[in-house]
Amino acid sequence: MSTTFWIIIAAAIATYLTRVGGHLVISRFERVHPRVEAGLNAVPAAVLTTLVAPAVLSAGPAEWAALIVAGAVSLRGGLLSMFLAGAAVLILARQFMA
Amino acid sequence: MSSEAIAERSRASEFWDGVRLSTPVVVASAPFAMLFGALAVDNGFSVVEATLMSATVYGGASQMVGIELFGQHVAPWLIVLSIFAVNFRHVLYSAGIGRRITHWPIVQQVLGYFILTDPQYAISERRAENGQTVSFIWYLGLGLPVYVFWVVETALGAYFGKLISNTGSLGIDFLLPIYFFGLVMGFRKRPLWLPVVAVSAVASIIAYKTVGSPWHVSIGAVAGVLLAVILPPHHSGVGARPGTEAEEQL
Repeated sequence: MSTTFWIIIAAAIATYLTRVGGHLVISRFERVHPRVEAGLNAVPAAVLTTLVAPAVLSAGPAEWAALIVAGAVSLRGGLLSMFLAGAAVLILARQFMA
Repeated sequence: MSSEAIAERSRASEFWDGVRLSTPVVVASAPFAMLFGALAVDNGFSVVEATLMSATVYGGASQMVGIELFGQHVAPWLIVLSIFAVNFRHVLYSAGIGRRITHWPIVQQVLGYFILTDPQYAISERRAENGQTVSFIWYLGLGLPVYVFWVVETALGAYFGKLISNTGSLGIDFLLPIYFFGLVMGFRKRPLWLPVVAVSAVASIIAYKTVGSPWHVSIGAVAGVLLAVILPPHHSGVGARPGTEAEEQL
């Protein structure tokens, strides 16, 4: 079996643990320490930001335009509409700026 | 009509109740399933591997993170850890939904947690809040179509993604940052969102320039999480119960 296969299986097990783990572990405690809870709350935004920031820095005007439009749409619309708007701007802008 | 036939019919109608609620989720996730398939192949996965990942991990954002890091030749353990980190929010869903489904037989619970995604949690929790029972058959009606379409569309995206040659003009290389940016924006109502995003952004850029990829992901993420841990809890909107503050100061 390839390394990729084992990465996928390990990731699947890790993901299942998060889906069953909250019920098995956290519900047994009376309460979670506030600082731990605050840290957990920050996890998704913190992780996802690191996947955007360096890419933005090394990008150009077409990508920045796409992000600005996508960001504006996300204030009102859902994930899907913001994504489609950003993708449309990116594709259009690249035709003219590339 | 026998009572068994009536029970059978009500089970069927509960199932279709769930299926009806699944429709918007199926429609909204379709582009992401196809995109994941196409990007996975672009990042070096085979069609089978992309489909296997959708069928076993079954978490859109984490799968995107996984293939992005895979494409950057990040160490396997760090890929798995990152997927775990992105999916960690499910711990909270799990703790929340656990109260609603303890009456299910254990095998059904094991399966139920496997398909516990963001919309699955949100829709089930809303049903429970309305005073309706979250039955296994209803939950399955809600989750099964989403799962089946997710896996099939991944395979289609992976298969047809191989046929796209000029990925640059279609912007495929920058679609993921846009998608992740959308997810970041989705958390903007959370306490400390802006400070956490700012610290993670700066730390990840500095790490990217100095230590290099892939460590910018862990370093940036840890910086943002540490900020939330270090700041007094009332900034984070947690632990607001009387007495907690006093304990903290001792």
